[in-house]
Amino acid sequence: MVELVLFVAFGTAALFGGITMVWARNPVYSAMGLMLTMFSVAVFYVSNAAHFIAVVQVIIYAGAVMTLFLFVIMLIGVDTDEERRENIPFQRPLALGVLALFGAGVVVAGRLAWVTGPPAGGQPINGTVEAIADELFRKWVLPFEVTALLLIIAATGSIALALFRREVAE
Amino acid sequence: MTVTPGWYMALAAALFVIGAAGILLRRNALVMFMSVELMLNAVNLTFVAAGRELNVIDGQVSVLFVMVVAAAEVVVGLAIIVAVFRRRQTASVDELAELRG
Amino acid sequence: MGTLVTLALLLPLGGTVVLALVGRRLPEPLAGIIATLTVAGSFACVAVAAADFFAGTGEAVVVSWFEWFPAFGVEAAFRFDQLSALMTLVVTGVGALIHLYSIGYMHGDPRFGQFFTYLNLFIVSMLILVLADNFAVMFVGWELVGLCSYLLISFWFERETAAAAGKKAFVVNRVGDVGFIVALMIVFASFGTFEFGEVFESAPSVLSTGTATAIGLLLMLGAAGKSAQLPLYVWLPDAMEGPTPVSALIHAATMVTAGVYLVARTGAIFELAPVAAGVVAIVGAATALFAATIAVAQTDIKRVLAYSTISQLGYMFMGVGAAAYVAGLFHLMTHAFFKALLFLGAGSVIHGMHDEQDMRKMGGLARRLPVTFITMAIAWLAISGIPPFAGFWSKDEILGTVFERGGLWTVIWGVGIVTALITAFYMTRMMWLTFFGAPRWEDGVHPHESPRVMTVPLMALAVLSAIGGLVNTPFRTALEHFLEPVFSAVHLAHPPEGTTAWVLAGVSVVAAVAGIALAAMRYRDRIPAEQGAGWRLLGRGYYVDDVYGQVFARAGKLGAAWLAFRFDSRGIDGAVEGVGSMTRRAGSWLRPLQTGFVRSYAVAIVFGAVALLAWFLSRGAL
Repeated sequence: MVELVLFVAFGTAALFGGITMVWARNPVYSAMGLMLTMFSVAVFYVSNAAHFIAVVQVIIYAGAVMTLFLFVIMLIGVDTDEERRENIPFQRPLALGVLALFGAGVVVAGRLAWVTGPPAGGQPINGTVEAIADELFRKWVLPFEVTALLLIIAATGSIALALFRREVAE
Repeated sequence: MTVTPGWYMALAAALFVIGAAGILLRRNALVMFMSVELMLNAVNLTFVAAGRELNVIDGQVSVLFVMVVAAAEVVVGLAIIVAVFRRRQTASVDELAELRG
Repeated sequence: MGTLVTLALLLPLGGTVVLALVGRRLPEPLAGIIATLTVAGSFACVAVAAADFFAGTGEAVVVSWFEWFPAFGVEAAFRFDQLSALMTLVVTGVGALIHLYSIGYMHGDPRFGQFFTYLNLFIVSMLILVLADNFAVMFVGWELVGLCSYLLISFWFERETAAAAGKKAFVVNRVGDVGFIVALMIVFASFGTFEFGEVFESAPSVLSTGTATAIGLLLMLGAAGKSAQLPLYVWLPDAMEGPTPVSALIHAATMVTAGVYLVARTGAIFELAPVAAGVVAIVGAATALFAATIAVAQTDIKRVLAYSTISQLGYMFMGVGAAAYVAGLFHLMTHAFFKALLFLGAGSVIHGMHDEQDMRKMGGLARRLPVTFITMAIAWLAISGIPPFAGFWSKDEILGTVFERGGLWTVIWGVGIVTALITAFYMTRMMWLTFFGAPRWEDGVHPHESPRVMTVPLMALAVLSAIGGLVNTPFRTALEHFLEPVFSAVHLAHPPEGTTAWVLAGVSVVAAVAGIALAAMRYRDRIPAEQGAGWRLLGRGYYVDDVYGQVFARAGKLGAAWLAFRFDSRGIDGAVEGVGSMTRRAGSWLRPLQTGFVRSYAVAIVFGAVALLAWFLSRGAL
């Protein structure tokens, strides 16, 4: 019962946020919409017993990533509204058509099965830190290390981009 | 009626389509990027729901990885957008059409 | 005996190789002497090897050199039996005399040595042809003599007419060779082997009449090409562009007789196909008459002899077609003697007249060239069929045997008699215009007799033309006995005996004498103009050459032009370039896809994703 209410309420919120993000002319409004969606998704994570993930979502995604987005929006120009005119011919009809097809495909897929495969037995999962850590540092330790490497690369890359730019500007 | 993981997946699919619409229909690079983030979020939700359906923790572990990669991607992507803006004074991706045939 | 045969082949072959390598650097008569000696040596070897055959004993010998096509069971093998002995003796004997003659005739020619290289090569090729023990080796010889003919006809290739004549000879020969090759294919398909012995022994049991007829007709096509019968005779008159010794050797005595030899050798097959044999005889008879009429109107002394050769070859085919193999080969031998003599004599006349060949500019040469005149007169009487010279016996035997076959063969006999009359007529005409009457040559020409090196072969051949016929008279059929073992399996037709024989002989002699008399009366006092439409028709050979030129040469040229310009330039080049231009067009047609806009690429990506999804859904699995 509770879950149903949560789902309906925050589902609506998520959709509203998404549509705002796509529809709004001002990029700041778009960022706000996206943040709303992210919060809703965090609530869904809690509903699905993924507590750790929910916390990470709020801190990293809604916190760090969106803040970074807003910084860049401010930097680039918050008052420039995008024009409504579409320059690329047939872009709007094509896009809408393709998306409609995709939606139809998803609906049809849903009729068949959302998930294939038998459920594993045992206790229902609990997304606590211990549970995830148990899995992460045993079965997935190599990808874990690789993602650490990836983060370093990303940081280095952005510093490099910043440096290049400054040298070129001078 | 109970909320099955299927519902979450349907919602995630809707969010995915909305994100795709954002990429295809918006010109602003930042908004396009944010649409990508929305799509990634939708995928994460799908993973979690599937993990719950199949009763394995692997779904949530995958979400963790996706988040890490998305964060890294955001960092680099925004740096590129800022670099482009510094050079061209525009955030519209339609201006960056030099590779036309 | 086997080594002698090998030696007989190797001597002229060695001569060819030596002369090919150093011929150009040798001083003048030396190359000719070497060539003559190799051929004479070959003759000696063959004569010794055939001694047993002359005695009436002696078996056929097969000499195998090496295995050539193991897959087809073909060996490089040579057979020495009475028939090949006869042919080899004629080829090397007459060949040696002509080699000797050429030393004098080609004196002063800048490519003296090269001439003898080719001449020796021809002797080798002809020997391979007649000594072959299987069809494959015979084919090698067949093609080689064609090659030598080409090389020698266009020996003075600086003259455009000579080069064209060589080409024409080769091409027309090729047409005949197609028949020969297809016949070989059928032989192999029927028998599984090319060897003469096996083929002829098993022919009656293996071949159906239809197959035998097919083989016979195709072989006749090949023979028609090589031996200048209808309709492939057109190359022989043009081949007179070559030096006169070449005309004597190749186009009178040896190469053109290869067709006759072929039919004689494959007698076992023609026996099974009476239709094919009949065709051979009819073609021979028709050609004989046809060519004889053309010879009447020729003004070039060599052309008269060329058409005469075609006509006499017709007689030979008449003989072998009527299963009178001995008679046909007998005529082959005597014809080699007197025709070679006629050609060499004509060469002597031409040499003495400083390369003048038009008979209208000759006349009264009997006094100036006495040896030539006397020897040519003997040949003239021989070819006209006056007894007791050689030509009478052989020609009469053919005609008699044909008549003896009865029924429709008597028509062919009639054609033969008429041709004999015409032959006597045009030969007499030739002799009269050349040797008798008032001199008609231009100023500055001093006719003189030829040197001894040229007149000695003339005299030798004259002796042979005079007494050569005595080897097979009805009183002493030596040649028939000689060749009996070869034709033991074949039904030989026999000449008539008794009163029929005498009557027929009488008719032949009357025809010959009538021909001579007619010509003598016509050309006795004056030379008629001979310009009318009828004379022109005959002189141009019934315009057959012109027709061939229009039909085949024009068609060939048009075809080649179409191929070159339409098919190759536009078709093939167009296709190749078309591929390139089509690629370019496809590229420019596809270029608008690269808009440069990220968002349109994004649409494409999403569309691809949708397609994938749809495919998975259609398979009912996700």
